[in-house]
Amino acid sequence: MKSVILVFPGINRERDMARALRLVSGREPTMVWHADTALPVGTDLVVIPGGFSYGDYLRCGAIAARAPIMDAVRAFAAKGGLVLAVCNGFQIACEAGLLPGVLMRNAQLRFICRDVHLRVERSDTPFTRGYNAGQVIRVPVAHGEGNYIAAGETIARLEGEGRVAFRYSSPDGIVDPDWNHNGAMNAIAGIINDHGNVLGMMPHPENHVEAVMGRTDGRRLFAGLVDHFKRAA
Amino acid sequence: MKARVTVTLKSGILDPQGKAIEGALRTLGVNGVASVRLGKVFDIEIEGADRAGAEAALKTAAEKLLANTVIENYRVEVAG
Repeated sequence: MKSVILVFPGINRERDMARALRLVSGREPTMVWHADTALPVGTDLVVIPGGFSYGDYLRCGAIAARAPIMDAVRAFAAKGGLVLAVCNGFQIACEAGLLPGVLMRNAQLRFICRDVHLRVERSDTPFTRGYNAGQVIRVPVAHGEGNYIAAGETIARLEGEGRVAFRYSSPDGIVDPDWNHNGAMNAIAGIINDHGNVLGMMPHPENHVEAVMGRTDGRRLFAGLVDHFKRAA
Repeated sequence: MKARVTVTLKSGILDPQGKAIEGALRTLGVNGVASVRLGKVFDIEIEGADRAGAEAALKTAAEKLLANTVIENYRVEVAG
């Protein structure tokens, strides 16, 4: 799996992401600068990592979404290329029109930095094939603007087409307001686009991939991607 | 020419920051505040004197960058 990590000024999770990808895929990802206009030939996966691109100026992800490299990413996604967008990356993907909706200020107005439980809603995507539908995983979040909002008809479409990949839940997989840490509509933590090749999620699977980190629940997301490309080859 | 683009949240979109400000105003004893919505103001200098052209350019700016039209409305004013 040949992966690329986009680097914008103010991004700070690109090395965590690189470490996870290297560990699980056995291949060093390529860092691609925001001012570049093309992705390396043969790219399988584009990752938009977390951080605070452009200091969250204007709106989270708004400036990065208009960076030169994003035209190439949109073209890559339009041809079915896989895009994984995490945290600030999710915000950038929404602002870039790769995913619907927007991430607003957390309903409780607090920056949340802790482990959360996610219920995996489906296992038949390249991103979630390493999990079982209904399985609960534990991964960290670290965000102030993760409150997913979209127009009523967009939410209805996402739900109707089964495009919610992860929901905030209790350790037993129960979705209710007490476990919806940021107030996201329908407790949405991650969604896929209409063709299933772009995943945006607020939590950080790349931070739970080694025993030394305490948990390895995020590892299967990356292992699933590697498996997806092995089968395709 | 001086111009101003005002960006506001659409009605129905929850505004936690506005709510917090509302609460703080109440704490300060400012009376009669029914609700607060937080928005943004962009003061922009436009070259030349083509008013229609400026309005069109600012509309493009608002649509492409200044506002996220999923959640926000915008208004363009060019000073006469």
